[in-house]
Formats: sequence, C-alpha cells, structure tokens
Amino acid sequence: MAEVAYEPVIGLEIHVQLKTATKMFCGCALSFGEEPNTRTCPVCLGLPGTLPVVNEQAVRYGLEIGLALGCELAPRSIFHRKNYFYPDLPKGYQVSQYDIPLARDGRLGDVRIHRVHLEEDAAKLVHAGASGRIHSAEASDVDFNRGGTPLVEIVSEPDLRDAASAAEWLRLLRATLRRLGVSDVNMEEGSLRCDANVSLRPAGSEQLGVKTELKNMNSFRFIERGIDAEIARQEGILRGGGRIEQETLHYDVRSGAISSLRSKEEAHDYRYFPEPDLVPIVPTAEMVERARAAIPELPADRAARFAGELGLAEGQARLLAFRTEVGDFYEAALAAGAGAVEAPALANWTCNDLLAALGEGADPAGSKVTPAALAGLVGMVSAKEISNSAAREVLAKLVADGGDPAAIVAAAGLGRADEGELAAVVERAMADQADAVEKVRAGNAKAIGAIVGAVMRETKGRADGGEVQRLIRERL
Amino acid sequence: MSAAADAFAAVFGPRSGDPSRAVEHTAAELVAAVGAGTLSPAEIWSEYATLAAGDELNAYLWRAAEDPGADAAAPLAGVPLAVKDLFCTEGVPSAAASRILEGYRPPYTATVVERLAAAGAPMLGKTNMDEFAMGSSNENSAFGAVANPWDRERVPGGSSGGSAAAVAGGIAPWAIGTDTGGSIRQPAALCGIVGLKPTYGTVSRYGMIAFASSLDQAGPLTRDVTDAALLLRHMVGGDACDSTSTGHPGEIELPTAERLDGVRFGVPPELTGDGVEPGVRAVFEAALARIEELGGSVTEVPLPHSGHAISAYYVLAPAEASANLARFDGVRYGRRAAADGDLLSLYEQTREEGFGPEVKRRIMLGTYALSSGYYDAYYGRAQRVRTKIAEDFAAAFDQVDLIVCPTSPTVAFKLGERTADPLAMYLSDVLTVPMSLAGIPAISIPGGLADGLPVGIQLAGPAFAENRILDAALALERAIDFRSQAAARG
Repeated sequence: MAEVAYEPVIGLEIHVQLKTATKMFCGCALSFGEEPNTRTCPVCLGLPGTLPVVNEQAVRYGLEIGLALGCELAPRSIFHRKNYFYPDLPKGYQVSQYDIPLARDGRLGDVRIHRVHLEEDAAKLVHAGASGRIHSAEASDVDFNRGGTPLVEIVSEPDLRDAASAAEWLRLLRATLRRLGVSDVNMEEGSLRCDANVSLRPAGSEQLGVKTELKNMNSFRFIERGIDAEIARQEGILRGGGRIEQETLHYDVRSGAISSLRSKEEAHDYRYFPEPDLVPIVPTAEMVERARAAIPELPADRAARFAGELGLAEGQARLLAFRTEVGDFYEAALAAGAGAVEAPALANWTCNDLLAALGEGADPAGSKVTPAALAGLVGMVSAKEISNSAAREVLAKLVADGGDPAAIVAAAGLGRADEGELAAVVERAMADQADAVEKVRAGNAKAIGAIVGAVMRETKGRADGGEVQRLIRERL
Repeated sequence: MSAAADAFAAVFGPRSGDPSRAVEHTAAELVAAVGAGTLSPAEIWSEYATLAAGDELNAYLWRAAEDPGADAAAPLAGVPLAVKDLFCTEGVPSAAASRILEGYRPPYTATVVERLAAAGAPMLGKTNMDEFAMGSSNENSAFGAVANPWDRERVPGGSSGGSAAAVAGGIAPWAIGTDTGGSIRQPAALCGIVGLKPTYGTVSRYGMIAFASSLDQAGPLTRDVTDAALLLRHMVGGDACDSTSTGHPGEIELPTAERLDGVRFGVPPELTGDGVEPGVRAVFEAALARIEELGGSVTEVPLPHSGHAISAYYVLAPAEASANLARFDGVRYGRRAAADGDLLSLYEQTREEGFGPEVKRRIMLGTYALSSGYYDAYYGRAQRVRTKIAEDFAAAFDQVDLIVCPTSPTVAFKLGERTADPLAMYLSDVLTVPMSLAGIPAISIPGGLADGLPVGIQLAGPAFAENRILDAALALERAIDFRSQAAARG
C-alpha cells in the first residue's frame, strides 16, 4: 500500500506594535528601553477608577493596515474585554477586539487575510532566577512601560503550505508594514511577533486537520525551523496511528524541541464581553479617505512594477521592493542616470555589487556612495568606457571615500584601453604565447584563456574580456 | 439632646430662627448667606467639621483635618461636600469600603470631585457605603453598618448609605453618591432626602471605582430639590478622560415651578402593584393627588418588561463587576495576602481575605454568566431584556412627560433584617433598576411618612430631561412640604 502523503496547512497570527506617539488608551509616550516603570500613568497601571480612551492615531494606523491588506473596513467595530489573571495585565483583562474587528477579508500576495484588529500590549515580566521563567523564579518584577502599547493583530487564513513560504510571506507582510511606516516591525525587539497555526491533512483532502498553535518565534529562521519541526512531529504521530491534540506549543530555539504550554482542556475561558468603558469605532468617510491617501506604493505592487515596467529579474525586483531603502536608492540612481543607464544593469549593480560591498543590512543612503555616483559608474560600464573589473575597483573606492566615479577613473588611469592600444597588446601576447595559439588552432578552445590572461595582465584589467577574445579570434 | 440628635432636628425639625447656625440652612441658603455676608466659608466649615467629628451614625470613613480655605466668591461659596468612598481622591483614603483597598490612597482625584472643589465645594469627608457599591442597606461595608438618623436601629439604604445618612443627619450640607441600580435614590428615599441619578453619561465616571461601568452614574444627595439642581449643575460635563461621557445639552437650571399645569404623569402599574407596602402606597397616592391639585394629569402607562429588570440587572451588573474587580489581585496596590505559595495562592488568598461575601457572590454570578457556553443564555439574554426595557420607556414617553412611582417598595428596614436573604435585599431596588437599565434620569424626593419613616417618590424622565424632572420635583416638593410633616412628627 502506498504511503499517504500529508499536506501541511499553515496560518499565521501576527502581532504588530504600532509606532504611535502615545499608548493605546492613555497619554503615556511609548517606551524604548527607558528605566522600568517610568512611562506609566494611573490609566495604564489599571488603577481603580481609571478609564481608557482610544488613541486616534492607532485607529488611523489600523485603518491603513486594513486597507493595505485589501480588507473590508468595519463601518462600526467595538472593543471587548478578554479576561484572565496574570501579573502583566494590571486590569485583569486585556482590551481587545473580538467578534467585530476593525477590518476583515483581505489578501496579501497569495494569502488571504482573515481579520485585522486593535488591542493593547501587556506589561513585561522579568523573572529573577536561573531559568528566566516564572515557575522557578525567586522573584518576578513587572515593568509597565510596555503595558498599553498599541498592537494590531493580523490573522491570515490557513493558505500557506510549507514553512519556507510562511517565512517568505511574513517577509512580504513585514515589508508592507514597514513601507506604511506604522511599526518598527523588528522581530528581535518584539515589535513584530508571530504565532503559527499548523495542521496536516492527507494530500488532496479538503478537510482541515486538528491544528496546534506554535507561540512567539522571534526570527524568520526560527519560524521556519519551528514550523518544520512541528510538521515533522505531527507527521510522526499520524504515521504512528496517533491523533493530534489541539494544544498551544512552545518551540525551544536552542534544543529544537517542542513542548506543550497548555492543552485544549486547559485553554482559558476568556469570558469576552463588550468593553462598556469604550464607544464603538465608527470611521467616517473622511477618516477612510485620509487613510487611503496615506498609503504609499506597497512592496508587492512595487515588485510587480520593477519586473513588469523595468524588466528586472523577479528575485531582484522583490529584493528592491521588500527592502524599501534599497529600492528607494535604486530608483534615485535610475533617475540620476536619466536614461543613460539600463534598469536591469543598474539593478544588478545595486543588488549584487553595492550591497555586497556595503555589508548585510546596510542602508545605501547612509553610505558614501551617492545614487548619482552609482548611476555614473554603471553608465561608464554600459558605454564600455571601463571594464567590469575596473568598475568594481572604482566602486570599492566610492564605498571607502565617496567621490565622482569619472574622476576616480581618470586619476587612477582605469579607463578602458582603446582599440589601437589593445590590438598591439593582443598581437604581442599572441606572439609570446605561440604554444597556446597553436592549441587553439588545433581545436582546444580553452587554451585561449592563457592569451586573454596575458592581455589582462598587460592592461591591468582595463580591457574587456569579451573584446579581447574577439580581437584574438580575428587574428587566429 | 445629643449634638447628633440636635443636628438631625436642625434638618427636619422646626427652625430655631438663628441665622448663624449653618446646619439649619440648605446648601443653596448657605451660598446665599455667604453672598450676603451673613456667614463665611470658614464659619460653615468649622461648624460642619465639628458636626462631622461627632458622627454617631458611622456615616464617615474619613474627615478632612483642615479647612481648605474656600473662595467665598466661587459659585458654591465654600459649602463643604461629603463624598462617597467610591470616588478616588488624591492622597486621601479611597477604599470603596472594602478591606481589599484599606488604606489605599490614590495618586489622582476623580473628575467630578475636582470639578466640585473648583466650583467651591471642598471635600468635608469620605462617606461609608456598601462595599464596591454592592448592596441596598449599607450593611455590606467592611467598616461597619451605617445607622439611619430617623431610627438608628434601621438601615439608611444603600449603597450610598453614608452620604444619605450624613445629609439627613445634618452632619453634611450635601453629598455626592453613585447610582448603579438605585444606590442614590433608594437611600435618599429611606433617609427622607433628595437623590438624583442623572442620565448615563452626563457626569464623568473618571475616578469612580467601577462597579458596573454601563450603569454607574454619580449624582447629588441633598436636603431639597434646589440643592440637587445646584450641585448637579457643577457635576455635569463631558470629560476627555471618559469616552462614554456626553455632558448635558444646555445648563442645569435652578428650578422655579410652582404648578404642574399641562404636565402629563404616567403611573406604571408594574412599579406600583404587588410588593409595595401599604404605608408606602398611601404616601404615593397622596402624592398623585398633590400632582393633580397642581394641574398635572395622571394616567396609567405600561412598562411591560420592567418585571424582568431585576433579573437582567443581576446578570449584567455582576458580569461587568467580575471584570472590573479583577484588578484587585494583591500585585500592585491595596491588600496583599501573606501568601508564600505560588501566584495562584497569592490571588486566591488576597481575594478571599479582601472581599466581603456579597462582593464574592456577585463576582461568581458574573463570572458564571460570562462563561463559555452560558454567555448567550445569560448575558446575551439580559442585554436583550435591557433593550426592551429602554424601548418600554421610550414608548411611555411618547404618551407622558414623566413617570412617577415610589422609589422603594418599603420604608427603611431593620439592621440585619435582610442580610440573610440576598434575594429580598435585591428586591429593595425593584423600582429603581428599570431606569438604570434604560440610562434615564430619575429623582427621589420625600413624599411623606409611613409609620414615622420617610417614603420616597420617584420621578423619571427621558434622557437629558433633568431640568424637566427638577422643575416638577420642586413644585411637588413645595406642595408636599415634607419638612412640616416631619416636624409635626415631633
């Protein structure tokens, strides 16, 4: 009997800390590593008698996210109280949205968006003790600086089928949110957090299997590894004739082990009910229009434009579009080149040579290379005024000291050897490498390398390898 | 006569004719006296500070030590105010009469207390109440029951029992309380004073320790209708700290009406039938006769769903309370049990020690009503009943200008009489809860005596009809002349 093939079904739940000036329900400034408990007030400490007031900027950001993800905005959405006891939750409930979220039914790339809603972040617990976890802690301190930070929760439909696509889609989402400017979207710092719902089903089946929820993986790599580990775990259970339990899981990034946080039976009953201290969010046509107008060209659209209008390779189009700052540099260089540089060539130089020279994650705008300098350099290569290898040398100088590429070329004598000079060098090299010439004539095409190498040595890289080959062949 | 009995007599007995005795005056009269220069804010403060210090009713939980030196030119001329312990007041104990908050001093002051102080009504003291405003007799206070100044063997009503007793007992010129299901009106009725619950949203809730957020509303407890209008005028107003606050459209006017010509009064049979004791009924019927004598008309209007009001209320209010009281966990402020176990024991022991039995009962009721699988059957259904009740009132106000009914089905009952029977206690609010669920304004004014104890008459109007209610209440108050009735009691 043929072995059943299983198809993973994956959906993501993403929490995004909004970059608003103040917290979700009070006037405290957001915290970026200040002394603990210095960004608090009676409201975000949940003191008796205090009441929440919705942050208008958070609503605006929420609407922008909803629109950017192609969602329908709710004409009227409300907040609920999600009740549970924990020391990081000063009111004993989290104010969140439940059955009527801000936005729903959208799409980003190939993945449908289930819902987008607003809520408040919990405070931060610091556990004193070796494990860093609450169970064996000697004492636990609460830092309420983070408590009440505005969060948007984005829930995807279970449209992903493997861990790599999940990570790739999350990159697109992150790029989109970053482009909107609504969040720092930094996974290490926790401004972007991702949970994954994973289930398996026999390939071809339409029915969903029992899902587990994998909590809070704080890097793209861990998300991919965690999901893969969970798929493997579930497959092992199913192949062994077992059943998947619905539970919440923790992926230990160090050991790669998956452990249960709580089972379905232990799941909280959050006793949601409408938050009586807040009035419904009813976006006016003007608010929606303002949100719509605030949305810039988004990475998915930009990538499509780069590929479609500029003829870039898909991978480069995505890289330039997903890394907004690199895309912006690229477009500035393209404009500076004013038609003198070809878009795909400039993309090659930007994505490959420039980024490699600057180091991973660097923002080219912060380097000594100006967009005009890069455009000038690529223009000189295209016009065959300098060779590729000479151009790389110039780029290294630009990265180190900045400046104008034409001036660098002139000063260092890196200009391409002219045809008369080159022809003389070629003839000299063919005379010196008579053996190689014979071999090539006898049919050993590779032997031409020795002649080309001699020419390149002689011209110190100022010659173009293709042209040198052409000149040699003419003389064979 | 003890000082306390003397103060009570100064409120309800014959006037001595000594204009220098602040306690003989209503608050509005004191404001006028300060304006005329016959009394100073310092004299008023000093007299009331002494009276409050001699509190024999257990009405006060805290008293101000120093005269804050109020401005005689302020609208309320320095007439001091008793404040229910439910309001947070900066640096001053604010415990909602609960052990779990014993000694808690908030870092901020409730909006309404701040507004009244700014208008010239400084805080004289904090008054006793049922713990977290849960109760109808003030017997649920962690700091002891309050005596009704009419009969110290009896309850003053609740939950604003301390505020009502202080005003009736002549140891506060006026007071503020809060009303969730009748907590201003019912104690006002049982103590023979005026209590007004405004339209939900007109007065900021910021700084009021929440019981049931969708129902809680602050209001005045005063000697007469004019004082209620004067105090309310400086309480209403939108507040950026309270999203549900609406303010009041237009100012609260000082009432002037002497007659009720053309005013249509509706009597709901559901709120005047079974359960209203004969003495209360007699006073109520006399009040209806006064209304007609003053030119008002009286007709019957149905409120068909009001019979379900108590049931719906005791689902909704505890549901909200179960969440509102979750913050009292011993982690950040207030009482913390000496639990040496894990986190759960800290929570459990703190709440076990800190909350009284009625509070625990309501937290359990509310938690149950919100639980998965029960939500629709309880909370959802109660919300639908609430909507029906609001619709009943809306339909009634198409036919009449005001609803009139007794405030409480009984006069003040004996201390301990109902503590063993929560359901009987809950029924104390059967005539006040419907208006709370509908969010509409209602006033209780003294209508007369039954067996020597005060009976309250309740007038309710549509949302924001405070001025209409106050005008009618003033005309009726003049016709009833409760003070003469009380003085004749001897």
